[in-house]
Amino acid sequence: MRLAAPLLVGLLFALGLGLSGMTRPERVLAFLEFRDPGLLLTMGGAATVTLLGFPLVLRRGRPLRGTFVLPKRSDIDRPLVLGAALFGVGWGLVGLCPGPALTGLVGGSPQVLLFVLAMAAGMFSHHVFTERQPS
Amino acid sequence: MGGVLIGASAVLLLWLSGRILGVSGIVGGLLAAPRKDRAWRLAFLLGITLGGAALLLIDPSTLPGRLPEPWPIIVLAGLLVGYGVRAANGCTSGHGVCGLGRRSWRSLAAVVVFMTTGVLTAQLVRPLLVGGGS
Repeated sequence: MRLAAPLLVGLLFALGLGLSGMTRPERVLAFLEFRDPGLLLTMGGAATVTLLGFPLVLRRGRPLRGTFVLPKRSDIDRPLVLGAALFGVGWGLVGLCPGPALTGLVGGSPQVLLFVLAMAAGMFSHHVFTERQPS
Repeated sequence: MGGVLIGASAVLLLWLSGRILGVSGIVGGLLAAPRKDRAWRLAFLLGITLGGAALLLIDPSTLPGRLPEPWPIIVLAGLLVGYGVRAANGCTSGHGVCGLGRRSWRSLAAVVVFMTTGVLTAQLVRPLLVGGGS
């Protein structure tokens, strides 16, 4: 049960990404170029479900297992803005973000594999950088 | 339809496991989080992979195929995405789908910033590096 839940959720999430077109970089780029508004509906739909569903879940006080692990920060600091800006540039260059890239790996595209390896290297370099300079 | 499924996944994970469905946070935690906090992250990644495999069976055209960008651009984009999402503590799922659902100002700021640089890059920078069409 402890691991079945995240496994099942990962599967549903990947299906949602695939059925909505988020796993197709050309669709994401068309959206960012204002040529295809479809993904706006996808993101709006997803956020609407969490907007309605999260308060219902949080009102229960605790999840079915364990405790809620929620982000506590509310400040808008430099790493947030700079990090989001860099992420957006990478996203706009090829049309892949982390979820769709990982979902797309099984498709066997060597370029998607290359993207995921570079993404892992980027994450690792941030890890190493912040380990050395504790804020 | 897909969007509702994405949102429902996030609500389910919060309800069942108490966690935020943020892909970059879940993956990044494999490095940063305590060892005993790793199993559920790997289970989620396995689930994503199974979902990808299901998509491959249902309709392979839903998955990314050959990307038109030259490989140095793909590497650069991957590095920027990987470093950026860890610095910002979230990506499209964590800040976008979940953060907005939590009415977090921090997430709204992140979404506005990455949408803006994403749009500017796709419209102004990408054509210079990749050439016309996508």
